[in-house]
Parts: sequence; C-alpha cells; structure tokens
Amino acid sequence: MNYNEMTVKFKAISANESFARVCIAAFLSEYNPTIDEIGDIKTAISEAVTNCVVHAYPKGVIGDVEMYVQVNNGEVYISITDNGVGIEDIEQAKQPFYTTKPNSERSGMGFTVMEGFMDTLAIMSTPNKGVKVEMTKKLGEDSKVSFGG
Amino acid sequence: MQVSSNLRGNTLYIKLVGELDEYTAGYTRHQMDRAFDSMGYKQIVLDLSELKFMDSTGIGVLIGRYKRVKQENKQIYISNPNTQIEKIFVMSGLYEIMPKIS
Repeated sequence: MNYNEMTVKFKAISANESFARVCIAAFLSEYNPTIDEIGDIKTAISEAVTNCVVHAYPKGVIGDVEMYVQVNNGEVYISITDNGVGIEDIEQAKQPFYTTKPNSERSGMGFTVMEGFMDTLAIMSTPNKGVKVEMTKKLGEDSKVSFGG
Repeated sequence: MQVSSNLRGNTLYIKLVGELDEYTAGYTRHQMDRAFDSMGYKQIVLDLSELKFMDSTGIGVLIGRYKRVKQENKQIYISNPNTQIEKIFVMSGLYEIMPKIS
C-alpha cells in the first residue's frame, strides 16, 4: 500500500517517549526502512516528544501530545503537536546549545538533532495554544547529511 | 536502564545498558555519580556497547558528568557507541571533551 496514516494521542510524560519510538517503528516496519532510517526517525521523534514533556506545559499540568504519521510513496511525514505554552522565539530555540533551562543539564540540541536526522523540519508556534513540529524523511535514499565524513 | 561499574587498575569502567532518554536520565545521572565516588581511579571508560538508544537528553547528562569529574582532573572516554549514538556525538561535538577509544 502506497498510502497510510495514523494518529496517536498520549500524555506528555517521559515514560511515553519510548512508547512513541516503538510505536512509529512498528507502524513504519511495513515500508522496509533501513536500520539507519528507522534509527534517525526514532531519535527525531524522541527529541520532539521530549520537548513536549519538558517545555510545553507548566509545572503540574500533564497535557497531551499528538503524533500523526503519514506515509505516501515512500515519503514519511510526521507531526508532533502539543497544546502548551508555545515557543517565544523559534529561531533562538533552533540554535545549537540554546536552552531555556541551563541549570538542568540540558544540551539544547533537540531541534539540531531533528534537523540533522530528518530531511525537513518546520516549527509552528502560537503563544498559549501550542507547538506543531513537522518533519519529513524520504525512505530508500542515502542520508543527505554526512556526519563527520 | 542499567548502570554498572567496575574498577580495574586506575580505570573506572561504567557500562550503560538500555535506553537513555528523559525517562531514564535522572536514574542514570544518579547511578553514574555514585560510581564516581569510587576511590583511586584516574580515568573513566564509558562502555556503550549495550546502550540501544540515546537522544540529546543523554548528551546533557554526559556533559554534566564531564563537568563534575573535570574538577578532579579526571578524563572520560567513550567506548563502542552504536551508529545512531555516534551520529549524535559527532553532531554535538561531544568527542572533543570525551574522546572515543577502541
């Protein structure tokens, strides 16, 4: 089948990060991704869900994360959406090593990893409405980014 | 997530088994810090041969541990990361502070 899609909604808690990774890997297994491709996608998903867990909701609020995955002729489209506080400055948030929580041993590499591991990355934010992260990756192609030669 | 440590000569070997993400970061951080309390070692080798997954939250944990042991002039080395984890290390420049050994 050339076209398929799924939506999964879960709570923004860290225990659900491994669930999200396993879930997308199982969904995509039908499309014969390489080990590298599935590894890249799992890592990118983990970064996006971590952002929802750590940054989206105020302390004490356990909000939702929606993961939508679509496969269309070998191209994977993923969106991760929360209904949280939003990102004030997206360009700043995308800078490598930038973090709003410098005292929590955070690397500030989340968006950099998503950008590096996927073909495209788009971030949309509305203050106090939430963030939608969209990523795509074409399966069956060699990675367009080379890492350290 | 499992963290085990083993002191051999002047090297402290720490092995991470499982998946290092936001869910396991706190435990991993705590267990590594406990292992660092061992006496009489000069360097640390992090055996990642059985670490199946790590995202950038893990980079934060490792940089935090680096800062801790640097104060005591101890060096951390990375051993046997899988390809996926290797990509994140290269991307983040982690090898500049924690060299890879074979």
